Amino acid sequence: MSEDKALFSKKNIKLLTDPLNDNNPITVQVLGICSALAITVQLKPAIVMAVAVMFVLIFSNLIISLLRNLIPNRIRIIVQLLVVAALVIIVDQILKAYAFDVSKQLSVFVGLIITNCIIMGRLEAFALGNKPWASVLDAIGNSGGYAIILIIVAFFRELLGSGKLMGYEILGHKAKTIAESTGLYHYGYQNNGFMLLSPMALIVLGIVIWVQRSKNRKLIEQH
Amino acid sequence: MNTNSNSYTFIFAIVLVTVVAGLLAFTAIKLKPKQEENVRNEKMQSILTSIGVEESREHSGKVFDKFIKEQIALKSDGTVDMEVDAFTINLKNEIKKDPNQQRYPLYIADNDGKKMYIIPLFGKGLWDDIWGYIALGEDKNTIIGAVFDHKGETPGLGAEIRESWFEEQFTGKKIFTKPNDFTTNNFVCVHTVKGGAKAGDEHGVDAISGGTVTSNKLSQMIEERMKHYLPYFQKNK
Repeated sequence: MSEDKALFSKKNIKLLTDPLNDNNPITVQVLGICSALAITVQLKPAIVMAVAVMFVLIFSNLIISLLRNLIPNRIRIIVQLLVVAALVIIVDQILKAYAFDVSKQLSVFVGLIITNCIIMGRLEAFALGNKPWASVLDAIGNSGGYAIILIIVAFFRELLGSGKLMGYEILGHKAKTIAESTGLYHYGYQNNGFMLLSPMALIVLGIVIWVQRSKNRKLIEQH
Repeated sequence: MNTNSNSYTFIFAIVLVTVVAGLLAFTAIKLKPKQEENVRNEKMQSILTSIGVEESREHSGKVFDKFIKEQIALKSDGTVDMEVDAFTINLKNEIKKDPNQQRYPLYIADNDGKKMYIIPLFGKGLWDDIWGYIALGEDKNTIIGAVFDHKGETPGLGAEIRESWFEEQFTGKKIFTKPNDFTTNNFVCVHTVKGGAKAGDEHGVDAISGGTVTSNKLSQMIEERMKHYLPYFQKNK
């Protein structure tokens, strides 16, 4: 049995780790930007979204990979879309019945998951041409990379935009007057409301890309 | 098997669509009872929260009747329509009807001997639906509590109407300028004030910074819904 066929061979491990940094879906492949801007206002929804995307990506990658030799080439995009949409709706229905509170948080984002370019992108670029196990690993890797970026951006946006993390007040409590406020607000600190708006999300993302490219030799373009 | 032939493509598409449709229909039908129960319990939980009774969603269903003594559907003239079950009124559809045709649900509660009136609210926020419940005390003037929710307002901005810091502001505010006079000229309702309500303002609460449109639409929703209950209050002084 060749080393390549092992479950966690070097090649397979690379599928897991590449998308975390060298081939990050958001910062390098430039996919999934819309949701990276939309739900990173707070940390908690960002984490819920990352988990949901991971779930959908793993299963749709698996299903498409299993069907890859049966799908007619002309309708492959529509078939991918159908599988992803059906998966998301089924997940949403199950949540509405058995995890009602989670489904309420997700309700706004259900549409965002279906149209998330990362999912369609990976189905087209990988699952259609690779075996099931490799596709599952690719899904885990890419959703992991997506989650990392989402968490970083949401961390800064929630902290600097509303002084909280996961809903908990980190920088003190802002009362009506400075005298009554605690923590940093007592010294006149104000939340940066601009952080809660999309343009700032794009700028934070740009800074993340900048830092990543400076630190990661492989991403520096040779002219 | 040529996967690119026309006939194969057709057959594949038909089979896939049938399988997916069947799967979705099966899932929806199987899960519907549990989903509807969750929605009912959540409605009960919101109504109880507005009068200060905090319960888990499952438990709310069990204690609801202990607190809510009457559920009535009012006509636009303030009389009770005995044929309609107030709890089943779907406000989203109801508000599309002509105001004279609508039925206005009202929940009358007894919490620790005190009588309370809970008015359901529904309206359009900035992006999608917003709704809630406002509870008035025995004087039908002072607000005991308010609960709001939304479908798609912006997180961190309009979505803050759900947070307790926003809802708690309403407690103690009044909707009439004089007590015991439930006519329209006396009805000022309660509003969100951009930049913050002045201290001592009995009819104003702070709007949400960055969420002005949602805050304004919330105020409009409260006023639009509450004004339909004035005839009933006036009749049952």
